[in-house]
Amino acid sequence: MTPTTGNLLITGAKLADGTTTDLFIADGKLADPASAPAGTQRLDADGLLALPGLVDSHTHLRQPGREDAETVDTGTAAAARGGFTCVHAMANLTPVTDTAEAAEYVQSLGERDGHCEVRVVGAVTKGLGGEELSELGRMANSKAAVRVFSDDGKCVSDSLVMRRALTYVKSFNGVIAQHSQDPRLAGPNACCHESEWSGRLGLAGWPSQAESVIVARDVQLAELTDSRIHVCHVSTAESVEVIRWAKKRGIKVTTEVTPHHLLLDTPLVAGYDTTFKVNPPLRTSEHLEAVREALADGTIEMVGTDHAPHARQDKDHPFDVALPGMLGLEQALAVVMEVMVNTGRMDWPTLVERMSYAPARYSQTSTQGRPLAIGEPANITLVDPNARATVDAEASRSRSRNNPYHGRELPDPIVATIWRGRITYQR
Amino acid sequence: MRHLLSCADLDLASTNALLDLAEEMQQVQSRSVKKLPALRGRTVVNIFFEDSTRTRTSFEIAGKWLSADTINVSAKGSSVSKGESLRDTMMTLDAMGVDAFVIRHASSGAAAQVASWVKAQVINAGDGQHEHPTQALLDAFSMRQHFRRIGAEGFAGKKVAIVGDVLHSRVARSNVLLQQILGSDVVLVAPPTLVPTGVNEWDCEVTGDFDTVLPEADIVMMLRVQRERMAGGFFPTEREYTERYGLTPERLAKMKPGAAICHPGPMNRGVEISSAAADAANSLVLEQVAAGVAIRMSVLYHLLGSEEGAIR
Repeated sequence: MTPTTGNLLITGAKLADGTTTDLFIADGKLADPASAPAGTQRLDADGLLALPGLVDSHTHLRQPGREDAETVDTGTAAAARGGFTCVHAMANLTPVTDTAEAAEYVQSLGERDGHCEVRVVGAVTKGLGGEELSELGRMANSKAAVRVFSDDGKCVSDSLVMRRALTYVKSFNGVIAQHSQDPRLAGPNACCHESEWSGRLGLAGWPSQAESVIVARDVQLAELTDSRIHVCHVSTAESVEVIRWAKKRGIKVTTEVTPHHLLLDTPLVAGYDTTFKVNPPLRTSEHLEAVREALADGTIEMVGTDHAPHARQDKDHPFDVALPGMLGLEQALAVVMEVMVNTGRMDWPTLVERMSYAPARYSQTSTQGRPLAIGEPANITLVDPNARATVDAEASRSRSRNNPYHGRELPDPIVATIWRGRITYQR
Repeated sequence: MRHLLSCADLDLASTNALLDLAEEMQQVQSRSVKKLPALRGRTVVNIFFEDSTRTRTSFEIAGKWLSADTINVSAKGSSVSKGESLRDTMMTLDAMGVDAFVIRHASSGAAAQVASWVKAQVINAGDGQHEHPTQALLDAFSMRQHFRRIGAEGFAGKKVAIVGDVLHSRVARSNVLLQQILGSDVVLVAPPTLVPTGVNEWDCEVTGDFDTVLPEADIVMMLRVQRERMAGGFFPTEREYTERYGLTPERLAKMKPGAAICHPGPMNRGVEISSAAADAANSLVLEQVAAGVAIRMSVLYHLLGSEEGAIR
């Protein structure tokens, strides 16, 4: 969708650093408010926070392939509702994004239908098969300018394939984003954090070490190859410890945590409600505490939603059979506020770093994650820090309804989202 | 009580009520005309997504002897392979006006999920590796009869050893919960690879040493070893398993006087239980099967037989 570039004057907004300012948007960029002509359309932001547009490092848009679950149109509309101006479209589509042509197709869908910028993530291996490298270089050179490669949903478990991928992407400054899951320690039936809960419920356990052993291997391969590794959806205390060690050694590792791994814990699966089935699984409180602390201190430098829409018929199965995944875009900021900001663990400038600057840097997206300063792109999220509401899954802009926050009272912060100077969501 | 999904749905009073009524039902079994009119006009659908001989047959007989219209639906093969979700399958049957579903499914939690969807009452006849509450009830029923025969008082202080693949056993999970309600001391005996995570929270003893527990146990409950577990590398060989965890003739001789043997069946003779033990005078195996019908009559009656549909 080509954004319209009407001018807009936002008055009295507070920035993350606490200063109050007017923001004048002209031709999709921020301009000097003093230059705003009389009669410019105004948006009163008194009492609101203006943040740089949020960037999601990890999004499943399902198009092409499963348009009944989500499309670029509905997924990015949900993103705009959640305050995002950019998402990263993961590669597990049909066809898989493993060629330049496939990457350019997803890119074109974003340009045509997107309510935010769509950055394409390419597959590491052909068909997510874990064996042969995808056309990594051709995807990098394509119009989609792919920099992030991930077989997300599947782990690149073969150490040699992982080493080759890490080495190969160096020539175009790529990064390998790993779904860390040892396929033997946590096989296809593993669906519950291995704990007292998996034991009682009779569900196959997914031990936290099935994640951390892969993280430990991958950071060492990143050191060996002097390349960049990104750990998707970190969910365990052990992984956090390994990442701390790797960073201390100067290894180029970045990490993300999902909103649900910050807020939701294992006991939620006790009723076998498949809305709460997700991969990696919801962990117990000591792991939640570890990832919260890591997000606060920067060991985890970004939030990625792992927004995973599923059609109802793919969730209405027994727990071990239903597809894993839950929605995340619309409530991401609400959850991070609830867990991190409202508890005093994190201030607003740090939140901006974790939810806008860091994920934009990660994929080298120069149009996103920029400060709200004159000359910068007009990507703005207007936030009411005090509003709260009860989440209603039916009110979602997503095409799917697998919302784990349904019925939960949370902050309801997003007042408006502006992408390239255009209002993409307004309450 | 609307559904029977887990032994955690029970307490001591409701358990005793179920066991007491089962005793009355067992007297009916000895009559030449076994039918009672209690559930006339009620419809019970036994839907089994997984093979079963004894559980399905005993539920069917129990329903028929209570004059319910009992319908068996074999739904083997997952609903996924038929292209239909479990929810749609169950909602379809529910729409026909069923009063109760007796459901067996290979997936843990299936009965609880179904109970959250349908209008009918739901009885869990075994869900994956989670629970099998009517099995635990019939085990308790057989044990109670055994204790009476030997002149022992109740369950309090009795040591019940549950031996074998606890990790994958719904029978073990239901029995642990029910035996705790009844007041016996449960000891789980299993190779460490077949002990569930978090078992230390189950409030029962856990050991890998069968021979220490055996002479002290009042009940020795042997669990079936599924052959596919060997492929999973949970233990090296069948022979080694039998040597360490089988109820061999040698171990049979070391049992405490008055102690009894249980097995939920089907038995792997020569693996977890020797023929000498299975057919021993103190084996309750066939008594358990007979108790199965009486217990299921009691459960059906308690859930469906009164206007309130309540156990108490």
